[in-house]
Amino acid sequence: MKPAPFHYLAPATVEAAVALLAEHGDEAAVLAGGQSLMPMLALRLTAPAILVDINRIGALERQSIDAAGYSFGALVRHADAWAAVRADDPAHLLARALPHVAHQAIRHRGTICGSLALADPAAELPACAVCLDAEIELAGPAGRRRLTADAFFEGLYTTARRPDELVVGVHVPRLGPDTRFGFDEVARRHGDYAILGLAARALVVDGCIKDCRLVYFGAGARPVVATAAQAALKGAALDDGHAHGRAAAAVMGELAIDPDLRYGATYKRQLATALLKRIIGQWKAPQ
Amino acid sequence: MPDRLLGSTEAQIGASRPRARSRALLAGRGRYLDDINLPRQVHAAFLRSPVPAAVIDRLEVSAAARSPGVVAVLTWADLAPVCQAWRTLSAAFPGLAAPEQTPLANGRVTSVGEPIALVLAASRALAEDAVAAIELDWRERPAVGVATAALAADAPLVHPELGSNLAWRFAAETGDVAAAFASAATVVEERFVFSRHTGVTLEPRGILAAFEPSEGRLEVWASHQMPHQLQLHLGELLELAMSQVRVTASDVGGGFGVKMHVYPDEVAVCAAARLLGRPVKFVADRLESLMSDIHAREHVIEARLAVDAEGRLLAIDAKGVQGIGSHSVFPRSSTVETLMAMRTLGAPYGLAAARAQADVVFQNKAMTGQYRSVGHPIACAVTERLVDMAARARGEDPLAMRRRNYLEPGDGRCRTALGLEVFDLSHVACLDRLEALMGLPALRQSVAARRQAGEVLGLGFAAFVEMTATGSEVYGMAGVPVAAADTIQLAVEPDGSLKASASLSELGQGTDEGLVQVLADAVGVAPERIGLEMGRTASGPHGGGAWASRGAAIGGEAAWHAGRKLRGQILAAAAALLQTPAAALDLVAGCIVDAQRHERITLAALARTVHFAGHEFPQGTLPQLQVAHHYRREADIAIPTNGIQAALVQLCPETGLVRCLQHWVVHDCGRIINPLLAGEQVRGGVVQGIGAALFEHCRYDAQANFLDGSLADYLVPMAMEMPDIAVGHVETLYRGSTLGAKGAGEAGTCAASAAVLNAVNDALAAVGGGRLAEIPLTPPLVLAALNDRSNAG
Amino acid sequence: MSDLGLETTATLACTVNGEPVRAIVPVRQSLVDWLRHGLGLTGSHVGCEHGVCGACTILVDGRTVRGCLMLAMQVDGLAVETIEGATASGRVVALQAAFRERAALQCGFCTPGMVLTAAELLASEPRPSRARIREAISGNYCRCTGYQAIVDAVAAAGGND
Ligand SMILES: Cc1cc2nc3c(=O)[nH]c(=O)nc-3n(C[C@H](O)[C@H](O)[C@H](O)COP(=O)(O)OP(=O)(O)OC[C@H]3O[C@@H](n4cnc5c(N)ncnc54)[C@H](O)[C@@H]3O)c2cc1C
Ligand code: FES
Ligand code: FES
Repeated sequence: MKPAPFHYLAPATVEAAVALLAEHGDEAAVLAGGQSLMPMLALRLTAPAILVDINRIGALERQSIDAAGYSFGALVRHADAWAAVRADDPAHLLARALPHVAHQAIRHRGTICGSLALADPAAELPACAVCLDAEIELAGPAGRRRLTADAFFEGLYTTARRPDELVVGVHVPRLGPDTRFGFDEVARRHGDYAILGLAARALVVDGCIKDCRLVYFGAGARPVVATAAQAALKGAALDDGHAHGRAAAAVMGELAIDPDLRYGATYKRQLATALLKRIIGQWKAPQ
Repeated sequence: MPDRLLGSTEAQIGASRPRARSRALLAGRGRYLDDINLPRQVHAAFLRSPVPAAVIDRLEVSAAARSPGVVAVLTWADLAPVCQAWRTLSAAFPGLAAPEQTPLANGRVTSVGEPIALVLAASRALAEDAVAAIELDWRERPAVGVATAALAADAPLVHPELGSNLAWRFAAETGDVAAAFASAATVVEERFVFSRHTGVTLEPRGILAAFEPSEGRLEVWASHQMPHQLQLHLGELLELAMSQVRVTASDVGGGFGVKMHVYPDEVAVCAAARLLGRPVKFVADRLESLMSDIHAREHVIEARLAVDAEGRLLAIDAKGVQGIGSHSVFPRSSTVETLMAMRTLGAPYGLAAARAQADVVFQNKAMTGQYRSVGHPIACAVTERLVDMAARARGEDPLAMRRRNYLEPGDGRCRTALGLEVFDLSHVACLDRLEALMGLPALRQSVAARRQAGEVLGLGFAAFVEMTATGSEVYGMAGVPVAAADTIQLAVEPDGSLKASASLSELGQGTDEGLVQVLADAVGVAPERIGLEMGRTASGPHGGGAWASRGAAIGGEAAWHAGRKLRGQILAAAAALLQTPAAALDLVAGCIVDAQRHERITLAALARTVHFAGHEFPQGTLPQLQVAHHYRREADIAIPTNGIQAALVQLCPETGLVRCLQHWVVHDCGRIINPLLAGEQVRGGVVQGIGAALFEHCRYDAQANFLDGSLADYLVPMAMEMPDIAVGHVETLYRGSTLGAKGAGEAGTCAASAAVLNAVNDALAAVGGGRLAEIPLTPPLVLAALNDRSNAG
Repeated sequence: MSDLGLETTATLACTVNGEPVRAIVPVRQSLVDWLRHGLGLTGSHVGCEHGVCGACTILVDGRTVRGCLMLAMQVDGLAVETIEGATASGRVVALQAAFRERAALQCGFCTPGMVLTAAELLASEPRPSRARIREAISGNYCRCTGYQAIVDAVAAAGGND
């Protein structure tokens, strides 16, 4: 189980990295934390001719937490992002989600941006990014651009990133003080990719859900926003059981779940409603 | 009591001692197969079949041979001149279909992962590059995946020349089964589905072979459970005398039955080393091990149990199909699992009648073989589930049901309905001990209270009989060359320390430590004064290795007798030197003492005299400070052990996830040589059983394509999901040996999945859900059962 | 037989267990393969090569990583520590003693990775709960022990008997 041969380049700047991507196009692959790419190389599921290792680009290590929110450069590791967010707001969606991403030794290397760039449909972070209205910053030969997470994720392992672009960072806006987060997933074993998971937030004022966002992962080719369920909950009291029931029914109706090889759509649908119930429970708990 | 030391405070036997070897392993100084390298060695990678069944039309290796760093690309045509094909034959299984097997495919393939060609290159990476350059054209043939469909009239044939996919058929019957069921007050029946799983040793299989043409000598290092057996078969297959073949197993990173077979790829590596005259190393990567290590335990069994009005078990009747994959594994045959799965049905109980039948079928899947607790977990799950169902049908406590029906021969011996000879059992004592260990009444109250509070909890039990330390009749009468005896060689070094060599193998179980403890007591020296070597055919005596939980029961006995023999030699030598009757002397802690326990001479001084100043002995005495003892049990085909396990589980009503909260085991393995290590054998075994119950599954699709390529797909039990396991022991000595030890290595695995299966069903019943009789108990299955209200009422 | 002439290689300089090392490595070689086969540090083991088993756990710049999920080239300029180095420095001696006493290893193949992972936990949380210990080692596969003895040993080494 050894990778096919490749050339290895470790540019020191974003510009140099982008230039390499522009030059080599699909022949090149970006190596960030390597926690997904290295297994794919070892299994020869992918065999790029050139590996562009971005770990030498010091500028991508930047991480900032301020009034505007969180910004994570492309080399910010899961473990460091988790620690920073936890210190800032232990109830934050990312603080809840990151411990479910693999195990600590993997979180020491894996990057937030790498996880977004990979766009694994069962991964936690793409769904969180969509839920949080995060913006993904890309650098290409023509300069930089930002895309909302919703626009970034296109399908199974595919994103709006062009082959000559590098994800250089992700920006997570700070949400108002009335925001409540909810996160849960169902996995066979701790640290496994989830069978199904839900990243959520709600704007709760006087015990009433003014607005909410429900984003499932493991449910489709990309993070799935449960818009009908969101609508069912909007305006409802936090303890309005009827509204919860309507939302659950809406989830059942709207999730066109892709069955995977192991878990059928019926089962996943049952999980979807169970997760919704749990998330509403989390919203109720003081945060 | 064979000796004053047994049970005394000085005794090593019965002491909890950590393994001496653990210090080196903890420091990262182990020496596993891949840690060994030889000058000029080349690395092997295999082209393996991507499809379950095909005829190979073209196999073109010339481009691969030109790939950088490649030394050779070999096919069966290249190996055939130096290597025999084989068939798995065994008189124990009359009529066993035995298709020919070759180390590399001979024109066709019969399972995904079957080795087709072998690349040898400067590195594994370069070898893999070349594998990708081999040109292979094949015509895919229809394949058989599902075992229950293998005997259908229109089923494709795995081996067309055999005319059928039936490999073997087991049938046994005692008593009047029909009458028992006709007269029964209660009959329960169930259809059980056991999915394939595999051993997943953390260190994958591996082998390093070197051939010295001038001496015709093959030197092999292997991560293997039985180097002596491997030596024998390599000799046979490569037409070398056993004296020309040396096999060494140094540290082995887990075995569990995976590393006790003769694998085609490993034979190919040895043949290649012989052909090339340079060392060849092969270490299976995880993909290769998951697809080509032996799998095990794929059974579908329909079974029923008859119970009379007083709650006495009358008869069991089971009919099964077992899928063994493309071949019956060499040399022991995959059907050993069938035999044990059928013969141990109902084993803890007295039954007047029993019938067991099984069709063993070939499929286009990986071979199956002897995985830890061979066959027993299948029988245990079937039996224990049926007993629970019967208790429930009668509305009584499942433990009361067991207590009433245990087969306990007391001081005598008897046969179970399916023909196992049992004796020295302690079912009732184990059950008493279990109830105490669990604090059962209080635990039941707490379960009831938590259920009231809405938790879905289940408590499950599983009693078992595990047959251990197999004797020579089993393979001997089958005509299969498998050593059931073991030998210990023992000698006194000039400084009075002991040099020992055993035919057993160490895979981490702690057999080495146990043997040293026995030797220390038997001779009368400190364990630290004994250097024991295992796993080397060049210097060690031929013998069994590691299988069927034999370390203590057979190895321990060999060590005891070798030690006593040597002690006799030492005392005789001392007597001659000291001009004292030997009977007046004793050997204690490395000193020869007189009846008053006064030191007469140290063993070190005696040994020095023997080795360097022999002239000091009286004329005509020639002390022999070295012995060998070959131990073979003369009675009893196997030694039964018994025990009971319990599992407490919690089901998540929303997701169907099963959480194991706690597990208990009480086991009777006779004399316990090292309680610390015996307890850990049980715990490790239990977790393998829980893994089988909840997670592990070698999944194939209906066309026999393998789905669980990686360790991300094949789910092994990890720390977070496993419970703490309380272990208790009852010590009923085996009366047929001096030490009275029985096997301890497999009992944990034997009943763990059965206990979890019963616990899950107990939880389901508590909430009026459906029944489950399939492992692994996946969350979708459990959730569906939770929501199944057809049994409610 | 050397494969270096046949591979795309590069030069790397780093420290391994405190000692400076310069080496030419094939660029596709994983860190754990280089440590094992290039430097003879065979205490780090390979159980899966795809990041799942934890047998290859080592430290890079003081943090545990999967040795199979980094390229050797990636430690250029960094500090690597393996079980051999941790043993020599004495920093895991209490854990090693506890593992031994409690028989928290059988075949020993998972053990170096377990010890380094447990040491990292104890460095940040000297008295972790059993549940926390289980979580911390949840990415390290052990087929032999069933984990309980490992949990006991880590708890004991942390003074949380
Ligand atoms: C055992 C195990 C369990 C895991 N469990 C989980 C889990 O439960 N949940 C989960 O979400 N993940 C899990 N992961 C994956 C882990 O989170 C990865 O770290 C993550 O998916 C990818 O991040 P990375 O930085 O390692 O990216 P890499 O592996 O380096 O790259 C992944 C992909 O993204 C591309 N890429 C990376 N960074 C950039 C960039 N800046 N610009 C452009 N392209 C880029 C790469 O070219 C590659 O195609 C697991 C991994 C392992 C080994
Ligand atoms: S070998 Fe690296 S995680 Fe298994
Ligand atoms: S001790 Fe063998 S894998 Fe852990």
